[in-house]
Amino acid sequence: MKRSLKAAYLTAVYGFLYLPLLVLIAFSFNDSKFLVSWKGFSLRWYASLAGNSSLLDAALRSLALAASSATAATLIGALAAIALKRYRFAGRKALSASLYVVTVSPDIVMGISLLILFITLNLPLGFLTLFLSHVTFCLPFVTITILARLSGMDQSLIEAAADLGAGEYAIFRLVILPIAMPAVMAGWLLSFTLSLDDVIVSFFVTGPSFEILPLKIYSMVRLGVKPEVNALCAVMFAITLMVVGATQLLMKEKR
Amino acid sequence: METSSPPCIELERVSKSYGDLTVIHDLSLRIHDGEFLTFLGPSGCGKTTILRLLAGFERPTTGRLRIRGQDVTGEPPNRRAVNTVFQSYALFPHMTVFENAAFGLRMRRKSKEEIRVRVEEALRAVKMLSFAGRRPSQLSGGQQQRAAIARAIVNKPAALLLDEPLSALDAKLRKEVQLELKELRRKLGITFVFVTHDQEEAFSMSDRVAVINHGVIEQIDAPNVIYETPKNLFVARFVGEINVFDGVAVSQNGKVLDARVEGRPCRLNAGERRYAPGQKIKTLLRPEDIRLEKANGETPDGLFGVVADTVYKGMTIDLIIETDGGKKISATEFFNEDAPEAMFEKGERVRVDWVEDWEVVLPDDGA
Ligand SMILES: Nc1ncnc2c1ncn2[C@@H]1O[C@H](COP(=O)(O)OP(=O)(O)OP(=O)(O)O)[C@@H](O)[C@H]1O
Ligand SMILES: [Mg+2]
Repeated sequence: MKRSLKAAYLTAVYGFLYLPLLVLIAFSFNDSKFLVSWKGFSLRWYASLAGNSSLLDAALRSLALAASSATAATLIGALAAIALKRYRFAGRKALSASLYVVTVSPDIVMGISLLILFITLNLPLGFLTLFLSHVTFCLPFVTITILARLSGMDQSLIEAAADLGAGEYAIFRLVILPIAMPAVMAGWLLSFTLSLDDVIVSFFVTGPSFEILPLKIYSMVRLGVKPEVNALCAVMFAITLMVVGATQLLMKEKR
Repeated sequence: METSSPPCIELERVSKSYGDLTVIHDLSLRIHDGEFLTFLGPSGCGKTTILRLLAGFERPTTGRLRIRGQDVTGEPPNRRAVNTVFQSYALFPHMTVFENAAFGLRMRRKSKEEIRVRVEEALRAVKMLSFAGRRPSQLSGGQQQRAAIARAIVNKPAALLLDEPLSALDAKLRKEVQLELKELRRKLGITFVFVTHDQEEAFSMSDRVAVINHGVIEQIDAPNVIYETPKNLFVARFVGEINVFDGVAVSQNGKVLDARVEGRPCRLNAGERRYAPGQKIKTLLRPEDIRLEKANGETPDGLFGVVADTVYKGMTIDLIIETDGGKKISATEFFNEDAPEAMFEKGERVRVDWVEDWEVVLPDDGA
């Protein structure tokens, strides 16, 4: 009795989380122009996706943007987290408070303010502005993730390293960084996802020269969802799964 | 003992303040080469702070600090020839025992071969060689502690600083490790500076014990000297149970002091101190130095009381005596198996005395 209840509960939770994805993937194989009815298995939407170069280009641009901004945000965020944890400096409190403010500030406010900033600076809207914006909104998430990991770290580890003769750089490279590594990876993944599916901020700061996937899909959906989009989403979901699986494996090997 | 070579560690009028709070007051101290010195004191008295000053994690507010004659007052921890064993062990979780132990040598850019030889030697010294490939999370508390010691001694420091390294171990293991540490110190000849709040631990391991209170050294001496002739009431009370009798000096002739203790006349050994007639004094006696005899009508003179409680301790029996003046005294008697009838029972009336000359007389400073 208890066990079946448990199983039912788990099924409900997983169903709630993954049913929409399963439906989407199933319909990407649907041999029908319309979303609602099932007309049999087919790969025709994958074929038509392969032929749709503008959609594919947008997807590649999005992946490149996500990878580059996640990497930049992770680098800056890791250094920021270590500085916040390790050193006492003027403005430290203000900096750490402002991190949390950025995480809770509405995307729309961020988008508009960034747009105004770029226009004031006379920056042409395109990859650069998207990149800067994505780094900006990913940064606090990375910093907070790594900071959380570092606060759990025994402070005396750093003292122990210094005691054994390590200078600042050796402490960073041999003690702090390896211990922070899982959080650094998690921060990168989080940034990658945040960047990949951001619509609101990107909507404000993108230019006609650089169309990215979420905005492309958004504009397509307004004319009705084409099953091609389902196919694309299924592919991207598969890529995500592979990336997550790969990081899990990497982390396991490390410990 | 004192030689012409500089002491291993020398503190010269060191004090340390955090803001308005002065934690260490004007501390001067020499630690000899190869010595086992223990800082003993209650929680918050500044023991950890002293070690952190020696290691270089804190800078003294005033004063100088020398290691092997070299002034290191302003040097960071990585430039000091001392190594610390932390209370939490602070082993690097992402490294194996071997890598942990090799860390210090790696920092000093020793060759791979030298590192291997020296790390294996250190791990063997603490019986951890067979655990070299394990991570700290795969070790028991005692094993982690050994790994932490290996990581420190592998660098052949001038002194090893140990901050309550045994407090996380259970009583039995702690006894074992105490003996092993002593043995290790003998083998290595390294100076050990040890911190504990456990009096027994301090006494059983150290050449000298420094009793600290509120950032001041109250007494620094060999364990038996501290136990038998404490310099003041704080030390006397901190290093074990002690009975304190109030008294007044009457007259003194050399070391012999005639006084009234708890209202009755007696002759005391005043040591080197001088007391003016009428000066208030305290007479201190360890429970094991108290002698009891059954009171019968023939001994009218002396201090009398009633056995209020008896606590059986195996080898010994602790007796709590309530004197006629209402004072509680504790006395330790060896259990006499041959004549159990000679033992004291609850409610029995006894005469309290002590082994002559074993009392410690101190001026009554109101403490
Ligand atoms: N960084 C600090 N800032 C302010 N006060 C401090 C700091 N470090 C220690 N203290 C104070 O200094 C005093 C001595 O602390 P310390 O840690 O040396 O005590 P301890 O003798 O090691 O005690 P315990 O046996 O509890 O470990 C305490 O009153 C403590 O509150
Ligand atoms: Mg302490």
